[in-house]
Amino acid sequence: MNLADLAKSVIELARELGATDSEVTISEGSSFETVVRMGEVENIKDAGSRAAGIRVLSGQRAGSAYTSDLSPQGIRHMVQSAIEISTIASEDPLAGLPDNADFGQLTGDLKLYHEETFQLPAAERIEKARLAEKAALEADPRITNSEGGSFDSSAGRRVFANSRGFLGEYRYASCSLTAQPVAKDNGNMERDYWSSAARSLQDLETPQQVGTRAAARVLRRLNPRKVPTQRCPVIFEQRVARSMVSTIFDAINGSAVYRKSSFLAGKLGEKVAHECVTVIDDATIPGLFGTSPFDDEGVASRRTVVIENGVLKSYLLNSYTARKLGLKTTGSASRGVAGNAGVGHGNLYIEKGTQSPEELIKSVKSGLYVTELIGHGVNILTGDYSRGAFGLWIENGELTFPVAEITIAGNLRDMLLKLEATGSDLEFRGSVASPALLIREMTLSGQ
Amino acid sequence: MVTVRTLFWSYMARFADSFFPQKFGITERDLERYLAAALSSGGDYADLYFEYLTTASISIDESIVKSASQGVTLGVGVRVISSERTGYAYSDDLSPEQIVKAAKTAACIASGPAQVEKTGLESGAPKRNLYPVLSPPCEATLLERVSLVKRADEAARTADARVFMVQATYADSLRHILIANTDGVLKFDRQPMTRMNVLAMAREGAGVPQQGYSGGGGRVGLDFFVDNHSPEAFAKEAVRQAIVQLDAIETPAGESIVVLGPGWPGILLHEAVGHGLEADFNRKKVSAFSGRIGQQVASPLCTVVDDGTIPSRRGSLNVDDEGTETQQNILIENGILRGYLTDKLSSRIVGSKGTGSGRRESYQHVPMPRMTNTFMMAGESDPEEIIRSVSKGIYCANFAGGQVDITSGNFVFDATESYLIEDGKITRPVRGATLIGNGPEALKYVSMVGNDLKLDEGVGVCGKEGQYVPVGVGIPTVRIDRMTVGGTAQ
Repeated sequence: MNLADLAKSVIELARELGATDSEVTISEGSSFETVVRMGEVENIKDAGSRAAGIRVLSGQRAGSAYTSDLSPQGIRHMVQSAIEISTIASEDPLAGLPDNADFGQLTGDLKLYHEETFQLPAAERIEKARLAEKAALEADPRITNSEGGSFDSSAGRRVFANSRGFLGEYRYASCSLTAQPVAKDNGNMERDYWSSAARSLQDLETPQQVGTRAAARVLRRLNPRKVPTQRCPVIFEQRVARSMVSTIFDAINGSAVYRKSSFLAGKLGEKVAHECVTVIDDATIPGLFGTSPFDDEGVASRRTVVIENGVLKSYLLNSYTARKLGLKTTGSASRGVAGNAGVGHGNLYIEKGTQSPEELIKSVKSGLYVTELIGHGVNILTGDYSRGAFGLWIENGELTFPVAEITIAGNLRDMLLKLEATGSDLEFRGSVASPALLIREMTLSGQ
Repeated sequence: MVTVRTLFWSYMARFADSFFPQKFGITERDLERYLAAALSSGGDYADLYFEYLTTASISIDESIVKSASQGVTLGVGVRVISSERTGYAYSDDLSPEQIVKAAKTAACIASGPAQVEKTGLESGAPKRNLYPVLSPPCEATLLERVSLVKRADEAARTADARVFMVQATYADSLRHILIANTDGVLKFDRQPMTRMNVLAMAREGAGVPQQGYSGGGGRVGLDFFVDNHSPEAFAKEAVRQAIVQLDAIETPAGESIVVLGPGWPGILLHEAVGHGLEADFNRKKVSAFSGRIGQQVASPLCTVVDDGTIPSRRGSLNVDDEGTETQQNILIENGILRGYLTDKLSSRIVGSKGTGSGRRESYQHVPMPRMTNTFMMAGESDPEEIIRSVSKGIYCANFAGGQVDITSGNFVFDATESYLIEDGKITRPVRGATLIGNGPEALKYVSMVGNDLKLDEGVGVCGKEGQYVPVGVGIPTVRIDRMTVGGTAQ
């Protein structure tokens, strides 16, 4: 039985067993991973798996179940489990599928699947990984070790159906090439990486590019210093600026908003960021990682302006959070095979500005250029932000020496208002994207 | 009770009576055949990891049980090692054809004739049972389990009028595993896990709202959730933390004396030293601790162990995910680095005895060296005396998590409940802040170790290279003379 027919039969079975409504997700995927380290193949993983998940409504009570056993007994057990567990759920007047009018899907080729992405012979995949690592190792004598070069690819299919007659299905594929060199100088050892990911092989950077960029990144980290504690401007490099987009997402996620557990709850229509900040969620752009024809409740994907010139225009909502807030779904339902649909995003990005990253750096007399952040010190409820940082020190508009073992801290309300410039270097390397960002002032904690 | 328990375990001790032979008809002969297929293209070693996992989770939010879910995952992972190469494949279908197919896929990595002589499998349950949960939570009624989150919700809402939002989650799982390898090992285990969490948010008037978080669990049954592990106790603790934060002032930025309270703050050890001592990083010489065995990496007051054998703990295992019995491993003894945590691959390569630290998230994942329960042994100082010794500093009682850069050794951990220490007394609460340090250096500044070792409540999860496994941490009250605190006040 193909997956679409299987999905329909699950819906039918749920109806027979007494569910008022139901929705089912089936996913099937294959993945291939290889790591080459110091020129030798270290790891190859090649596997596929399938899983199904169901959510049923028994009146206004919801229950869900999942299984990796897609045999008829496995499926039956799953549907029964979902119905059984729905009996302990509370009556929730707002529980339910989206309104019928909201179901839909984009048509046309969204370029999510390219046959050749997953068809590359194993030897060629290994070769790409080997060449990426080699390029990094050969870049400089201080690079004498490596955590390897790796090439990963995956392909899969996702099917979603519900008891209102929605049936949608799409295939996807992606691949990525990464190099992780380790450099050593004067007893100091540092690591960094560069990774290129794409839906098709042609869009992937070459092994030489990946290795060379990784090498440049690790070399500039060598022999870092700790700087004195101070308030100063902070520039987030493009790669690390993406984490700011994820943080904004957490704050506009409808689930956090209706619970009032976000500092942006209740701020629709208000100025929450500097006027140079525009944030867009767009799940319709062909070929990108956050693109899909429909969300995980069967609502058509779309483009939503989240923040426009600093003013909060929209949250991201699935049908439940929309009902809670008296708003319309933004087609942002997201779920794995297990549990209820939460809220996700498509391609969520900060609109690019006009200045290049170099120009942003030139505009700073003395400050920090952040290249990596560690830790999870972001509190969406209060907006408090405090994370470990690595980077380069800016002096008179020039990058000077590397900096480590410091933290940067502030409050997001204030940080967004002080986000005074966005770079021109927006690139879509994942489902969140950002250009470089300049925040006028944060507290740096060091010596 | 004791008799029943013993009977149950001896019943489990015969392979033929264990889970996979019973449910899927798997025989020792089948396992030998699959291992032979795994080595059909060469290789030094192969293993099989069968997993059957059932889970249930229930959450309450706005006093409504909105989400309740149960699930089943099953599959088998096949690994072939040839020198330092690993080939891995898995199947979610336990039919012999699919397992042989996965074995042959994994085998493709090896080349040349098989270098392993055929060995018979020596079957056996682990020699001990660290988690003899008579009736796993999955056999309790759903009503019994849902009542835990309802009680937590009720208790948190009524604890303080300033509470405006409560979420509580209960989750349990039962994992059956079967491991067979070409060293002749055949092990099976039944691993229960249970946990509940409460999140409470509070607000005073129009002020900034704050949150508190609490929870607990382990390889335990529902009888765990009584007294100080009751839903009410977790709820009150979450509310207490939220209320404390309402008065929090900005955290001073910069270097400071830091006193860590007992329990959860042991996350310091997990980040500062634990990861850096995992043998994969050291085999590759990419850890800041590489080549430092025998060297002083902490103050002589510090003895740090990783112990997978503590009964009923979240990080404990009878056997690790490669079939090796877990043990207590001394990582740092009186400040001197003693050893690394190894899995099969790293111990084969360096020729050492395994430490029982090979773990994996599931059958879809390759095992790697991981921690179990990591903690610092108690010292001699009275905790109150430690606080009295500080004229100006920060006291950290709770943390949310941490992260480390293995290579440079820089690590952070995120404080969620901290206070100023002024003139030897804990005074005002301060806001959440990240603490940062360098692994091989940070513990050298430990100047006092309390006599009050405490382990965490049993909700920890550790992520490494995309694999998440349950872990535990612990620490007594500790004074660290220098650490950088990521605050906003100058």
